[in-house]
Amino acid sequence: MMVDLLGYGAFFLVTALSYAIICLGLNIQWGQTGLFNVGVAGFVAVGAYASALLTTPATAGRFGGFELPIAIGWFGAMIAAAICAGIVGAVTLRLRADYLAITTFGIAVAIQLVALNAQGFTGGPFGIGFIPRPFAELAETPIAFSLANLALVGGVTLLTFFALERLARSPWGRVLRAIREDETAAASLGKNANLYRLQAFMLGGAVMGLAGAVQAHFIGFIAPDNYVPALTFQVWAMLIVGGAGNNRGAILGAVVVWGLWSLTGFAMSVVFPPAQQARAAALQIVAIGVVLAVILLLRPRGILGEKKTVSRHIEAADISA
Amino acid sequence: MTLQFLADGLVMGAMTGLGAIGLTLTYSILRFANFTHGDLISWGAYLTLTLALLIGAAVPYGEPIGPLSFGWPVLAGGLIAMAVTGLLALALDFLLFARLRRRGTAIIMVIASFGASLALRSLLEFLFTSEPTYFSREIQIAIPLAAGIRVTPDQLCSLGLTALLVGAMHLLLTRSHIGRAMRAVSENPALARIVGIDVAAVIRTTWLIGGALACAAGVMLGLTVQIRPYMGFDLLLPLFAAAILGGIGSVPGAVIGGLIVGLAESAGVQFIGANYRAAIAFLLLLLVLLVRPTGLFGVRP
Repeated sequence: MMVDLLGYGAFFLVTALSYAIICLGLNIQWGQTGLFNVGVAGFVAVGAYASALLTTPATAGRFGGFELPIAIGWFGAMIAAAICAGIVGAVTLRLRADYLAITTFGIAVAIQLVALNAQGFTGGPFGIGFIPRPFAELAETPIAFSLANLALVGGVTLLTFFALERLARSPWGRVLRAIREDETAAASLGKNANLYRLQAFMLGGAVMGLAGAVQAHFIGFIAPDNYVPALTFQVWAMLIVGGAGNNRGAILGAVVVWGLWSLTGFAMSVVFPPAQQARAAALQIVAIGVVLAVILLLRPRGILGEKKTVSRHIEAADISA
Repeated sequence: MTLQFLADGLVMGAMTGLGAIGLTLTYSILRFANFTHGDLISWGAYLTLTLALLIGAAVPYGEPIGPLSFGWPVLAGGLIAMAVTGLLALALDFLLFARLRRRGTAIIMVIASFGASLALRSLLEFLFTSEPTYFSREIQIAIPLAAGIRVTPDQLCSLGLTALLVGAMHLLLTRSHIGRAMRAVSENPALARIVGIDVAAVIRTTWLIGGALACAAGVMLGLTVQIRPYMGFDLLLPLFAAAILGGIGSVPGAVIGGLIVGLAESAGVQFIGANYRAAIAFLLLLLVLLVRPTGLFGVRP
């Protein structure tokens, strides 16, 4: 019983933390820079498919299958998602803010179509299986497998978190927030707002791609159905609940919202008969939508909210003074 | 090669244009990209379906009219549903958007509309399940026109009704007081308020008209294709493409944009294949944003 609970806890946290990484990516784009991305699912999908193509064994009738190490797959996922973000950003970042929203929405639809129809690359509706799982040699003892994966995904989350925190305190991070708060003022100091926005958008895309790859390798199988607009929406709910602009909030929001999601899912499976499960799942999405709207109305800062972030040199000076 | 795709594209384009009118009006007057617009289309179709069933059960005039596949209950239900969908849009504004508008940033409203859109759509899925349904199961024989092109009476009727609604909208915006007030707010809200225009009334009218036209588009889509909870959401990208192609705020632009998107989509289906249909609107959108972000008839980028 204890072991079961521990196993489930590890499984839950691995999933929640993989969402937390997506959330951290969205936080660079929206939280730090004010860029509105409605196509999160698309960038996650690009990462997942890129890594899957690089690392799976060769399959007849499908491109890819290079059997490269998982680490190279994850790196490739980041590059592929960043390129994708770069293309979208180059077209729309110079236009008004909500054109970016519409275009990212469009790219997510287009990516899903490619995943669904380009059988020779993506396996079509059946997706790609046999994606190598980290610590696969431990699979015989599920508890060890789950805990090892938790350590790995937890490590990746922490690494991403510290790297992004460092960036947020760097001169580069301060320019991003300056552009978000007052573009004219930033431009008058000689900062090329569009170039910085493009960099932030690509970096956020890369982090989302990494998260997609992490998820794909943990589950071992991907299909186009995993990357629907509901995923984008969940990630937004996580970031808003946790507190946009705050990296800790992004992680906390992911764990809280994924916890609520799992709980309501469990409650639905108990309350509704099996024939009504699909309808009950729809009701679950309605509930999350209402929660998001209520939080936007009542507590737009989220649980943690954005903290004042200054250069670490100033912080050090404050402490010594 | 057959020219059938021209007729199909024209019918689909007319409905896209009709939906895009509401989108372009809310976009230019309320100044945010409203992702719930597609779901208002689906809600309009399901409301009409429900009302038509109720009316059909209550009064005996349910037979199809002439060569059409549907009877008076669908038309009467559609008219009532247009009003109800308008009220639904108004309620959404009262509950959500108006409160966020008072607080400022338009981009928060985009997130809120994205969330509300998913909730509205999932609610339909919960109430009616995701199974596609139809206004009528009658089979229609397509009438041959010229050059091997065939159209069904329902398609012709939808085209006619769309032309009627677009004409009425044009008259309303150019000849009536509220129409002129709407255009003034879309040009410059602060200045409009100063010269004594009731901005709140303009916003209410915008939601009512947007919702009613979305419902009409939903009914025609339901008549010529099918009714699904995702019908409006899947139309959202073509709608945005049409509104931006035509120029945000321009009603004739939205209609022409809709026709171009519809024709491009059906040409794409004819020459490339149906699988990538949804990507065609996206490519058009990218092209417009690259070449002429103001659209055909727009002034503001």
